[in-house]
Amino acid sequence: MSEEKFDVIVVGGGLAGSTAAYILAEQGLEVLLIERGNYGGSKNMTGGRLYSHSLEKIIPNFAEEAPVERRVVKEAVTMMTENDAVTFNFRSPRLAETGSDSYVVLRGEFDRWLFDKAEEEGAIATSGIKVDELIVENKKVKGVICGGEEMLADVVILADGVNSLLAEKAGLRPRVKPSQVAVGAKEVYELPSKVIEDRFGLEENEGAAWLFAGSPTNGLVGGGFLYTNKQSISIGMVVNLERIGESDKTIEDMMNEFTKHPEVAPLIKDGKLVERSGHVVPEAGLSMVSTLYGDGFLICGDAAGFCLNIGYMVRGMDFAIASGEMAAKAVLKAREKEDFSSATLKIYKDMLDESFVMKDLSLYKKFPSFMDNPRIFNEYPEMLSNIMADMFIVNGNHGIPLRKKAMKHIKSVGLLNLVKDGLRGVKSI
Amino acid sequence: MSLSIEEKLSVNKFFVDEENAHIEIDPAYPDLKEKMKLVNACPAGLYKLNDDETLSFDYAGCLECGTCRILCLGTVVKKWEYPEDTKGVEFRYG
Repeated sequence: MSEEKFDVIVVGGGLAGSTAAYILAEQGLEVLLIERGNYGGSKNMTGGRLYSHSLEKIIPNFAEEAPVERRVVKEAVTMMTENDAVTFNFRSPRLAETGSDSYVVLRGEFDRWLFDKAEEEGAIATSGIKVDELIVENKKVKGVICGGEEMLADVVILADGVNSLLAEKAGLRPRVKPSQVAVGAKEVYELPSKVIEDRFGLEENEGAAWLFAGSPTNGLVGGGFLYTNKQSISIGMVVNLERIGESDKTIEDMMNEFTKHPEVAPLIKDGKLVERSGHVVPEAGLSMVSTLYGDGFLICGDAAGFCLNIGYMVRGMDFAIASGEMAAKAVLKAREKEDFSSATLKIYKDMLDESFVMKDLSLYKKFPSFMDNPRIFNEYPEMLSNIMADMFIVNGNHGIPLRKKAMKHIKSVGLLNLVKDGLRGVKSI
Repeated sequence: MSLSIEEKLSVNKFFVDEENAHIEIDPAYPDLKEKMKLVNACPAGLYKLNDDETLSFDYAGCLECGTCRILCLGTVVKKWEYPEDTKGVEFRYG
């Protein structure tokens, strides 16, 4: 057994883990940060956009040095049927104000930067090493085992991602259920910056974020996404796993139809595919947050289930960073008391409860069950697109009052359903 | 622009662990419904249903997302570990 004992071992060099290691190393603690991939971020992927606020607090003006792709100035949400698209668009300089801005990022580069920052601050950052299991004695986490070698610490911070095999194997949290997660698939298409800027109406360094609901997911809960990088476009979709077995299409079929949709195909035209990635996304919001702390350990980021998808907004990375920060602060408090038991580490949960992390998860706790409604992905996009068609198509037939046209399409879904779902929707956000 | 999933995966960077399969399955698992979950959900399209309703599976193009583990560990999926140190997919973009 190794003689050495670290103050803290952080498992996982993603955003939560690297943030925690960065802060703890900055405070002079002896931190071991362990990443199984060959560099921080090499196993990670996002849609994806990072809301800057939580990292901005820790590393002010981080976007000046970090490898961000583009700052989002344009938001779009599209309801889609097989051939149609109805889009809501929002562009505002307010989206790009420091502290309320957001950046499109690619995790392979971005996480690597934060991982290296943690190392610069003095953390012992190791990559290419997999933690095989936790050392647990009398329900207290004492350290980790990598390739047969034991490493000990006062506290272990688990930031090992949505699957968190370590926490599950040690019995610290239950296995993730299919209904709680979505599978995400993404493709990155390389295109010249100028082409991207022209296609999306952007200036240099400006970015667009675009979400799609309806036909892409073949009636299942989920949606498509598109984000502009500097010299590429990230495009993909997420599909909840609960009913995926009943689908008559594979996720690959859905991806192909989505990327060939008349609204989407021209956006990625002539792009060269440079990567196809996949990942599991926590989607159940508050209801999947389980164990957060215990004797000698804390769980943060995706491993804790911190992720929020409310249809027009998807967040996870800002939660990961904030939870990594709070995990670090909890460890610092525990050191003051020289007590790393669950009684002291509970302060992590208290901090989370007081912060936007738990407040936002609580606020939107009804959203996942609201989304579990096939009308949102089938009937409503169809209804909206039919109303639009009646509004915009002129073919020489005499006109009918808009309210009558609209009512015809609303009746096809059922006015009562619309009112009921509308109320549920409003209550869930 | 119609690339097959295999062609798409071929642009990725993989360090395949030839010695050790990090995922093992029961290709003849009797329940078709369980198998269809994997066929539909794997974002790398690694699970394919044969004519005789058994599964073909190759771990080499695995994106390590854990979807098949969440869906079918204990039924079709017999073992699911992350690949050993330094092995597996490496996202250059992510």
